[in-house]
Amino acid sequence: MTIGGGPIDSGELIGLAGRGGPRRSPRRMPPGEAVRSTLIALVSTIVIFGVLAVVITSSPNWPDVQDKFFNGPILASSWPKIIEAFGTNIALFVIAELLILPFALVLAILRGLPGPVFFPFRLLATFYVDFFRAVPSVVIIYLLGFGIPGLGLAGVPEDTFFWGVVALTLVYSAYVSEVYRAGIESVHWSQEAAARSLGLSRLQALRFVIVPQAIRRVIPPLLNDFIGLQKDTVLVSVIGVVELFREGQIIKAAKFNFTPFIAIAVLFLVITIPLARVTDWLVARDRARQVAGR
Amino acid sequence: MTTRAPAQALRIEGLHKSFGDLEVLKGIDLALDEHEVVCLIGSSGSGKSTLLRCINLLEEIDAGRIFVEGDEVTAKGVDVNRIRRRIGIVFQAFNLFPHMSVLDNVSLAPRKVLGLSRTDAEARATELLDRIGLADKRNDYPDRLSGGQQQRVAIVRALAMQPDLLLLDEITSALDPELVAEVLNLIRELAGNGMTMLIATHEMSFAREIANRVGFLDAGRILEIAPPAEMFSAPREERTQQFLQRVIAAGRL
Repeated sequence: MTIGGGPIDSGELIGLAGRGGPRRSPRRMPPGEAVRSTLIALVSTIVIFGVLAVVITSSPNWPDVQDKFFNGPILASSWPKIIEAFGTNIALFVIAELLILPFALVLAILRGLPGPVFFPFRLLATFYVDFFRAVPSVVIIYLLGFGIPGLGLAGVPEDTFFWGVVALTLVYSAYVSEVYRAGIESVHWSQEAAARSLGLSRLQALRFVIVPQAIRRVIPPLLNDFIGLQKDTVLVSVIGVVELFREGQIIKAAKFNFTPFIAIAVLFLVITIPLARVTDWLVARDRARQVAGR
Repeated sequence: MTTRAPAQALRIEGLHKSFGDLEVLKGIDLALDEHEVVCLIGSSGSGKSTLLRCINLLEEIDAGRIFVEGDEVTAKGVDVNRIRRRIGIVFQAFNLFPHMSVLDNVSLAPRKVLGLSRTDAEARATELLDRIGLADKRNDYPDRLSGGQQQRVAIVRALAMQPDLLLLDEITSALDPELVAEVLNLIRELAGNGMTMLIATHEMSFAREIANRVGFLDAGRILEIAPPAEMFSAPREERTQQFLQRVIAAGRL
């Protein structure tokens, strides 16, 4: 495997250098030196990963480990089920994220309302955040998934998938509302003064001036929380939702093999890394549009 | 009690404002006639900005009353959003919305507050921008503009609401010297068109040229208010004389 082109520019790999943005201009190297440094990078990479591979595969129990964790036939036979289960995880986090985005924003705004009239709202929102950040997610999932259907109330869904979504939404809204709040507070008060001085109401100022600027600033930490949420969808397995992790356990129990868990790890990598790069790119593009190439 | 003086654009009676233990305004009385331009001078911290922000109700006042066109804006239960759309304010640091194009900056409030359609609001904004020679910048973001251009956009943003009264808070203080003229020219034009303005400024020669009256603010009080010729050549109060001497020594008059 070769890495084409010149020396690896980390900025380019990460996609931080958006078009027209404050781009770090690559140092111009004479052609000979460029080829030389590419070769060095290549050789060093091959050597380090080669040594690692040799050390691991020459370990005394490698054949066993390979059979239990990197088993091709088992992967092939269980793949359809794994992919199907992964669909459940994707549904869990997509639905939860769509609910979290507005709900957490409402929480953040309630927490920021000034004046004595809104004291009870601030109190409730603060307590909410304290509570759902403190209690472990898996406990919330357990309590909601088993507890509420256990009440036997008419009209209350018993579907564990439903309660999984609810639990994840409740827990992660607490985190995300804090991210929003940090963003809202980072917008200078003079922006609100300018908006209010034009006759915009407090809500209009938030809606058109403060929140749009706040969200732009918090996209990276927001993504952080969403990656955490995506991973935590496997916790919903504890209330019996057959998602990726649960499916892996079922296959492991049937075939005494851990290969599905390697597949699970790879699947999460495959969805998370491109998402992070796309977000970086979006942020860079937005910044480039706002900041001049003066 | 409320005596209506029809031609008075702004009247302030006994305005007090404190921040914690610090009393910034200690009883301000001031009245502006329609089409009148009043400049407020005084050293930093004398309360000029606070006074303007109080008039716009951006600060809550502790005592006193403020009337705009005869209506008391400090009365209980008054709709502050309605008041603010009649009073434009332009800030020292422009305070344009950085995430919006110039056109959106100017047309946002007419759309959301006055309820104009996007087409109408943008037409009005474009016309105003054209008047200050910035129509070709309407799709740019504020950061792409020079300070002088940004400040002129901020003025136009306030004008788009067609205010009865314009408050200018040291609008040239954050500008490079060579950019000050373009902003002052715009204010000169507005004064010529009869806009009522209350201007806090450090530009003494501009104040002398444009103002009908100049007020000297010192330690939270308007110590002296007079036509510019009188104020700058024969100030009565000792504090005013000292302040103007310092200004002259600094080469700013």
